[in-house]
Amino acid sequence: MQFLQLVISGIAIGCIYGLIALGFVLIYKATETVSFAQGDLMMLGAFGGLAAMTLLGFPFWASVLAAIAAMAIFGVLLERIVIRPILGQPAFSIVMLTIGIAYVARGLITMIPNIGTDTHTLPVPYKDQIWKLGALVLNVEQMVVIAATAVLCAGLFAMFKYSKLGMAMQASSQNQLAAYYMGIPVKTLNGLVWGLAAAVAAIAGLLLAPITFVHANMGFIGLKAFPAAVVGGFTSLPGAIVGGLIIGIVESLAGFYLPNGFKDTAPYVVVLIMLMVKPNGLFGEKLRKKV
Amino acid sequence: MRFIFKTSYAQDIKLAKHGGHVFWYSALALLLVAAPWLFAEYWLAQMTFILIYAIVGLGLMLLAGFTGQFSLGHAAFLGVGAYTQAVMTNAGVPFPLALVCAAGLSAAVGVVVGLPALRVKGIYLGMATLAFGFIVEEVLARWESVTGGNAGIHIKAPDLFGWKVDSGEGFYYLCLFIAVLATLGILNLLRSSTGRAFVAIRDSEISAQSMGINLARYKTLSFALSAALAGVGGALYAHKLQFISPDQFNIIQSIDLLLMVVIGGLGSVHGAFLGAIFLITMPQVISLTKDYLPAAVGQAPGLQAVVYGVVLVAFVLFEPMGLYGRWLKVRAWIQLFPFYRQGMFKRQKSFQKSDRLK
Repeated sequence: MQFLQLVISGIAIGCIYGLIALGFVLIYKATETVSFAQGDLMMLGAFGGLAAMTLLGFPFWASVLAAIAAMAIFGVLLERIVIRPILGQPAFSIVMLTIGIAYVARGLITMIPNIGTDTHTLPVPYKDQIWKLGALVLNVEQMVVIAATAVLCAGLFAMFKYSKLGMAMQASSQNQLAAYYMGIPVKTLNGLVWGLAAAVAAIAGLLLAPITFVHANMGFIGLKAFPAAVVGGFTSLPGAIVGGLIIGIVESLAGFYLPNGFKDTAPYVVVLIMLMVKPNGLFGEKLRKKV
Repeated sequence: MRFIFKTSYAQDIKLAKHGGHVFWYSALALLLVAAPWLFAEYWLAQMTFILIYAIVGLGLMLLAGFTGQFSLGHAAFLGVGAYTQAVMTNAGVPFPLALVCAAGLSAAVGVVVGLPALRVKGIYLGMATLAFGFIVEEVLARWESVTGGNAGIHIKAPDLFGWKVDSGEGFYYLCLFIAVLATLGILNLLRSSTGRAFVAIRDSEISAQSMGINLARYKTLSFALSAALAGVGGALYAHKLQFISPDQFNIIQSIDLLLMVVIGGLGSVHGAFLGAIFLITMPQVISLTKDYLPAAVGQAPGLQAVVYGVVLVAFVLFEPMGLYGRWLKVRAWIQLFPFYRQGMFKRQKSFQKSDRLK
């Protein structure tokens, strides 16, 4: 029973990792760049939700939607203003650029007087509720995380499978030049992908907020989503979620069964083993560069 | 404008290309030697930090700037060096021996990290080094019998076979000596066939391999050398601070080191020094200007992060060759005055090349 309990809380935190990893994968697939700002976009999303609820006094659902929409617009603007001018430069300069963006985001939030340096609780309607299911004690916050992730995944799946926009995104991620020749507006799509990634990050932030509180350094959890993305293969959307779940469950079990200190390093040990055994991840494309 | 008419190969690989180099570097050397008499103790300590970071930066520059392998966990090597030095010095081992051990152990760890580099590249290598950095930090925090855990560890002054270096000036000279040695070593390495192999790997692995360069050997070697320099830097860092704890070697430190080489200018030895100067003087400049800003901005705790981030973004967007690249432009402008043209250093636009396909 305890095992099951641990697995469930691992799944809940794994969903968060998965959602952040989803952002990495979306951006990587579309633009071949790795965004280190994803964790901080999540932090901004959580703060956006907090601001909408407490400062503006929006009702819960309205503020969730407002935060997600605001972050989506922010993502599009970010791509347009700073990412697009250096597309085509070595991948590493874009990594440094996103690290810079992350620094700025974290610093700006910290600079807000009285708010930035404190930790806040997000007043969600399902706070501190518990479902009892036999001997299992289910935390409603965790259940909401799992349910929301499932719904979001279904939505994204449907979008990529059936909508014209999703098809275009798939095409442009597979071959930008060919997609461009087919009349797909690749540049606009890249902007939309960044918006989508930022929106997903905002959702992750809003889901995580009731569990860990809202504070300026919550973006560092993004560093644990990297192992999730790598385990799933950096190029696969379902892989990101599966990778997130694996990392979450491993972390949760390691925290209980292994001595102190293994909880935080377990994801990294997993990713190192993964890179040695199967560098392309569980669902990664097996492609080699040929001359 | 200076034209150098080369008549022999020896002239081509000479470190000082012309009289100007000899003059200016001699002047710099004089200034550095005379620094303890010219600057107050506080600024001397800052210069010592610049030298230490420059040594680490040289190592990272060799790896990132010249071999094209990016490490997001370089602070781990710094930590390994620092802790080796601390433990050995406290056990009474003389400074040079401890330093060699710190460099050696870091290099050994570097080889281990370099192994995944043979199979993975690009972002996956970044992930491997990142993961490795976290694991080392955790080991340093948990291996309490040796490292003292999160409480940290104190370290005695360096002991050069009986001569205790406990003054600021003495330690400054020690750092200066090691930094000069490291710089000359790197410069020499870069004009040897090994250094050329590194650059070839950076520019194209496939063509390097077709020219008969053993990728595995040179990548591992690059990791080992880079880690060894980081270990030396870490050892000096430990002596300078006299107290080390695992959280000094976390991901933030790794990112700071990367920021240093990127802002200094990837692919130039000068860049390591310029980046170190930037990294050390920036907090000073910020704290000096703080008083002139409105209190809401100046006293805010996040100011430093914002400035770092904005500078980093600005450099990547507008000056990808870093401070050294900017200096090259200024120098060309002075040399060519008044014939400098706008487009002389225009960046070549390239289409995005995919790592995945092709």
